[in-house]
This record gives sequence, structure tokens and C-alpha cells, in this order.
Amino acid sequence: MTERSTMVTVSAEVAGQEGDPRSGQISMRCDDVAVKFNGRTAIRDVNFDIPKNKVTALIGPSGSGKTTLLRAMNRLHDLTKGAVVSGSIRLGDTDIYKGGIPATLLRTRVGMVFQRPNPFPTMSIYDNVVSGLRFNGIRNRAVLQEAAESALIAAALWDSVSNRMKAHASTLSGGEQQRLCIARALAVEPEVLLMDEPTSSLDPISMRLIEELLDELKSRVTIIIVTHNMQQAARVSDLCAFFLMGNDRAGEQIEVAPTKKLFSEPDDPRTLDYIQGRFG
Amino acid sequence: MTTGVIEGLPPDPILERREMVQRVARKTLDRRILVSKGMIGLCGIALLVGLVPLFAILYSLVAKGVHWWSLDFFTKTPQFPSLLDPNQIGGISNAIVGSLVIDGIAALFAIPIGIVAGLFLAESTSKFASLLRTTAEIMTGLPSILLGIFAYQMIVIGFDQWGIKLPGIGFSGIAGSFAIGILMIPIIMKASETALRGVPNTIREAGLALGARRGVVARRVIIPTAAPGLITAVLLAFSRAVGETAPILWVIGASTVVAWNPKKEMASMPLQIFQSATSPYVSLREEAWGIALLLVVVVLIVNLGSRLFAAWLQRERR
Amino acid sequence: MPEVPTSPSVAMSNPLLTENSKSFSVKSDWAHWSVLYGASGLFALICAVFLISIIVSSIPAWHHSGLSIIYGRVWSQGSNSFGALPIIAGTLATTAIALFFAIPIGIGSALAIVHVVPGRLRVFLSSLVELLAAVPSVVYGLWGLLVLAPWFEHTVEPDLANITGHRFPFQAPPEGVSLLLAGCVLFIMILPMIVALSRDAISIVAHDQFEGALSVGATKWQVIRKVVLPGARNGIVGAVTLATARALGETVAVAMVIGLNPLFPPSLFATASTLASTIALQFQDATPLQVAALGALALILMTMTAVVNWFGRRLVRGLAFRVGVI
Repeated sequence: MTERSTMVTVSAEVAGQEGDPRSGQISMRCDDVAVKFNGRTAIRDVNFDIPKNKVTALIGPSGSGKTTLLRAMNRLHDLTKGAVVSGSIRLGDTDIYKGGIPATLLRTRVGMVFQRPNPFPTMSIYDNVVSGLRFNGIRNRAVLQEAAESALIAAALWDSVSNRMKAHASTLSGGEQQRLCIARALAVEPEVLLMDEPTSSLDPISMRLIEELLDELKSRVTIIIVTHNMQQAARVSDLCAFFLMGNDRAGEQIEVAPTKKLFSEPDDPRTLDYIQGRFG
Repeated sequence: MTTGVIEGLPPDPILERREMVQRVARKTLDRRILVSKGMIGLCGIALLVGLVPLFAILYSLVAKGVHWWSLDFFTKTPQFPSLLDPNQIGGISNAIVGSLVIDGIAALFAIPIGIVAGLFLAESTSKFASLLRTTAEIMTGLPSILLGIFAYQMIVIGFDQWGIKLPGIGFSGIAGSFAIGILMIPIIMKASETALRGVPNTIREAGLALGARRGVVARRVIIPTAAPGLITAVLLAFSRAVGETAPILWVIGASTVVAWNPKKEMASMPLQIFQSATSPYVSLREEAWGIALLLVVVVLIVNLGSRLFAAWLQRERR
Repeated sequence: MPEVPTSPSVAMSNPLLTENSKSFSVKSDWAHWSVLYGASGLFALICAVFLISIIVSSIPAWHHSGLSIIYGRVWSQGSNSFGALPIIAGTLATTAIALFFAIPIGIGSALAIVHVVPGRLRVFLSSLVELLAAVPSVVYGLWGLLVLAPWFEHTVEPDLANITGHRFPFQAPPEGVSLLLAGCVLFIMILPMIVALSRDAISIVAHDQFEGALSVGATKWQVIRKVVLPGARNGIVGAVTLATARALGETVAVAMVIGLNPLFPPSLFATASTLASTIALQFQDATPLQVAALGALALILMTMTAVVNWFGRRLVRGLAFRVGVI
């Protein structure tokens, strides 16, 4: 899909970063993580650290298990019958699977934004943003108001909706709905925000808006983003993890490296093949 | 948890809020999980409670009905039990034949009218079409006893008002078919409309673009494509009609002999259940289970069969 | 790519299509439209005659009793006194009893089927519910009369009377065949319908909204309460409304278990009557005037169910039309 020369230009844009993003604090840590559905392995052998207040991108072709891994990070597989997550995923010092934390509580600390905007259509814009706080038992109006404003500002939506907070969420455009979902996730002040191809259903302008947003959100949350779009990964991420589908059709981790390095001089030849568009 | 608050700097509102959310969430967690488990448990209990009577009915039907099934039950006509011989009740061949004839004739005129009117609903955007759609929807929900009155007035005693005179036929299978058929038409209409609308517009337009007239496209393209849905529609409407008692309650006359002539009095399975169940003879009341089981088996076979057939036809075409 | 291949029929008609291509115009297709209008017009005509026939058949009764048919308190065929208020009350009471049980149990079951039971059981239960919705009402009446009535007479009603200290509305001798029994039989009849239709409404609330709520820390019940139920509200209210119309108009099953007594029932255990069951059981031996009075009941019943039904249809319009269920 792209030639090497463009890749190099793109990666040059992110040249502002210094050193390895992993040198700072660690937010989440995956050790030997594997996810199986009814005995069939979807992804395995995942071992890497997610640096705090950085953007980590998970890239790779379809079927490489990126989304499966992402959903394991806030225990969304709990809903799926026959899904087993093995190994350990740690948030700070807590193993999120081995009884360390109830799933409900974990999800307030690790939020998620989905592929398609999914605001609650029966709720107003305001109710959407504060829904997480209300679910968690926060009733104080002033607190809700303040959190809603802060989250909407952070999601770059405040200016366009501040005068119509009672309007239905469905009156917003697709890009605005996705930013509303980001605001909804931010309102509970998670430590980590998981994003599953958040721009894949949006137009290019909305996509660019959200990409620009990520850079500002870094100071507030640690971001893990799954994307099919390699330019996007190159533009927004500090660290990049590359996955491929193995011979047994299970996804596996190929290489994890600072984005700049991964796109310019990857260690693994398969990574080079992928970013040069030889498959996927 | 990291607090991240550095001495001397103003507190970060985001970190403060994060701590507050976590604190409240943790405090309310046990109660929220308890409520959640409790309410979901209640839903499960509701399901169990709802299933008990439904299974009880199926159990009663089989347990009390199946031993009535014998060759005599299907081939003989009813014998009236007497005080001397209260178990002398014969079979129900008259009711089986009656149901067959009454529902067969009803289907014969309801199916073409229903499907063509359904095609009209699917193709026309006129005011009349939307009025007709509403009418059909309301008709499907009307109590079927009203159709019994209608059939009684129109067919059994005949019409004699304002100089218009239609002679009545008297109690007859035809009167039953009339009521049952009118019951079936709006059901078939609505269901075929749904099936016909399911045909992708691209197919319709492809036909029209080739220069075919609407009628040709409908006959050659749309109806064949929608056939599985139409068959389901017809069979499901039929399965509903077979079990209807109210519309034929006092229009078919309840004959006790096998009658194939629809202008004569006839019997019918649902009516026979009603009459046996409310009869003073214990043996007749118990026999009602045998008929009910037969009726339910017929209804379920037609119902299930239509779904399976439609699914099979859909697969074959792929 | 078209999903449904139509190649055989299209190929067969191709020569014909080219022949007629010059005359392509919707107007030229009068034959097609006249068949369509013919069938539709016939159905419309039948409906019109039906409506007129019910109205006309009731005219002598309105002449005889006037509006006291609606508010009169005495219904007596023998003395030609036609006051249907107790019968209307009985109709509303049986329906209310049925809904009292069917709404919580029906919606609870639908939620359980969609969000609690595992996949295979879900498919089985969904088809079971749809099949039960197709069981003829006379079978429910038979079961109510032969199985439920003795149990109510000897166990349920005496126990209820004892527990409540014979206070209203649980006093009077248990009769088995009663208002309560009719309400319960109706409840069992409309339950599959409510479950099947609400299940549809609940399952079309998108799964990604469910996950969206979970991912901000909601418990499963909170998701159901704040996202799923509001999203399915129209469909559920529509299901209940359609079930109400069905309960108001159910004839045979109620006629078998209510005892047909055109008085205000003094207790849940007393016999009562409904509009439809009165028509069913008194029509055959009626004099012309009595037939007209029953025609008036039919008109009242028709108006009630048509209004309720029309309202319900508007609410479930988004859902697929389900034959055998509604």
C-alpha cells in the first residue's frame, strides 16, 4: 500500500521524540499473555511494557490479534463464553486477572473507545458524558458538571456542544459522536485509555482532529491504540508493537520498538516487509 | 495508587477527580454488584416461572392425550356416551375432515388475495396503500369472535337490508371457511409485504431497466425471489387459522358425521375440543386431550415445517 | 454483488424483456395494477362490509336501550335488560390480572433469554417461546378448565383466602372457575407473545452500546437498566400493548374458565364475564333483539381492541412483523 520512501518521510515527522519511551514509568505490563476462544488461540506470547503517559500503537494485519489483546486489557472478554486469558496483565502492581481487582472497578481505571462511535442514543449529550460517573455512584451535581466540562474540553467538543448539552447524542455528526465517546471515557478519569481503531469509521477531517487530540491527551492518560493505518501509527504513537498471524493462525508479537526505530530500522525482517506493504 | 501531588504546587484537579472517582466507585461497588446479581437473578427466576406453566401444558397434552390416539380415534365418528356405556365415544374423523375442508377452502381464497394485496402494499406508495396497511394491521388484532358474528350474519342467515337480498346458506362449512379466510387475508398480506420488501431494490431495478413492465418484473423476478418468505407467510397464517375456534363457534353447525360437502353442517377439531371439554361426560372431557394433542401437533408441524422449509429453500438457492 | 441470485428467472424472461423494451413505462402496465387494485379493493370491501354489518346488527339494541348499554349495571337476556358495565368491568379486570403477572415475568424472561442464558439455550428458548405463541387458545382453555380449575378450587384460592384473612378481594367461597383463573389463563396465553416481541426489541439494542457502558464501569444490571431498557422501550411497550389487545379480545379460553356470570364480581374467586365470552356463549340461543345487544357488545369490543391495537402497532413498527406471534 505504501512505498518505503513515504514511510521514511512520515517517520521523520515524529523525530521530535528523544530516546526510548520505555525509559520512564510503566503503566501496564504484559507477561506471556495469550487469549484463547474455546481452545483456539487468538494471540499468544505477548510480552511488553506500556509506558505511562505515552501513546502505544498496536499494529499488524487482520487476524493478528491486536483487538483481542486490547480487549483483554479491560477484561471485555469476560462477557464471551469460552474466552480464556492466560499469563499476566498488570496495571501498576495489580494483576488484573488474578483476583487483584473486580472487572467493574478495573474498567473505570482502563477506559475504552470503540471502532464505531457508540454513544447511548436515548441519553442527552450531557448524560452521555457523565454516565460513567453516575454508574459509579457519583451524584453530586457540581462534580458531574465540572467533570463533564473538563472531559468535553479535553475531547475538543466543548465549544460545539456547550450550548446544547440537553440535545440527544444522535444529533451529533459521526466525528463528534466519537469525540463524545472519548469524553465519556475520560470523564471517569481513567489511567489508561484503550482505543480500538477509533478513526476507521470517520472521514479524514474527523480523523485528523482525533489524532491531534491524542497528543494533548497524553499528559492525562496513557493511550493504547489499535490501528490498521500505519501512517496513523507513525504520526501519533511513541511506542509501536507489531503483531502477525503465525502459521497456526494465532497472532503473535513480532517486535516492539520506539515508533521511529520500528518504521526506519526494524530488527525483524517481517516488520520491514509489512511496513513496506509486502503483505497485510 | 499514585497521588502525584507534589509539595508546593497547586493540586491537579484531574488527579483529584481520579482519586475521588476511584474512592466512590470502590465504596459503592459491593452494593452495585449485589443489586446487579439480584436483579439478574430475578430475571432468571422470571424465566423459570414463565416456563413452568408452558411446560406443564405441553406435559398435560402428551400425558393425557397420547393414549387416545388409535386407529379408531382417527377413523370413526363420534358415538354418544350413554349412562349405560359412558366410555362409548368413538373417534373424531368428522372433525379431522371438517378442519381439512373448512381450512382448505379458506386458504384457497385467502392466499391469492393476501399475496396480491401484499404485493400492492409493497409496491404502491399511495394513500390507499397506507390506509390499507393500517386496516390490515388492525384486522389481525381484532378478536376473531367478531368474524364469527360476521359470517353468521352474511352466510348463515343471509343479508336482507336496503333491498339487497342474499339468501343464507345456513350452518355450513362454507360459513366457517368465510370467517377463517377473512382472518387469514390480513396476516398473509402483512407477512408477504415484509417478504416482498425484502427483495433488494437492485434486483427490481435491474428488471425495470431492461425494459420489463412492472407486472413482468413482479411475476418473474420479485415473487420467485421472495418465495421462501411467502411460503412461510402462508403456512404460518394457516397454522394460526387451523387452531381458531371463536369464528366457527356457531356457524358450522357441529355435525357428528363425516361431511365432505362444504354446504352442509360440519365439525372441526378446535370446536370439538371446546364442546368435549365443556361436556358433562368425563370420558368426553378426557378425550378433548387427544384432539388437543393432535391439533397442537398439526399446528407445530406446520409452524416449524414452514420455518425449516424456508431456511432450506434459502440455502438451496445460494 | 447481489445476495440473492435470480439468474434462472431473469434469463428465461430476457427475450420477452427486449421485445417490450420500447413500451417501457409504468402507465402501460394497467393490467398489473388492476390485478393489484382488484385484490386490495376486495379486501377493503370485505373490511367495510364487516364494519357496517357489526354496526347495523347492533342498531336495534341501541334503539331499545340507548347508551345505557354502556353504563347500565344489569345484563339479563331473559328480561331484555342490556347493561354491559359489569361485563366491561370483567373484561378490564381479567386483562389487568393477566398484565399484572405477564409484564414483570415477560420482560424479565426476555432479558434473561437475551442477556443471561448461554447461546445454545437461547436459541432453543427463543424458538420454544415462538412455538408456544402459536398454540391455539382453545388448548390453553382446556388446560385451564381441566387442570388449573380444580387446583385453584382446592388449593390456590382457599390458601390465598386464608393468608389474606378473607379480606377483599380474596373472600367468598373458592369456585375454581373464576375471575382469577380467567386472568391467569390469559396471563399464560399472552406471556409467549410478550416474551417474543420484547426479546426482539431488547436484542436489537446494539451490543457495542452494551460494551460502551461496561467500559465506563457499569455493572451488568446498570447497563440493562440505563441503556438496554431505554433503547428497547418502544418495542416493549408495543409488545405489552399488543398483548393487551389480545387479552381484551380473547374468547374461547376465557369462555371456558370464567363461569359467565354478568355481575360485578365481588371477589377474585367469583365467576364473572367478559365481552368476548358473553358473545360466544349467548349468541346461539339469542332472540333477534338479544343478537342486536350482543352486536352492541361486539362493537364496544371492536372499538376497544382496535384502538389499543393501533397504538401498539405504531410502537412495534420498527420490528419485523411476526406471524404466529401477533
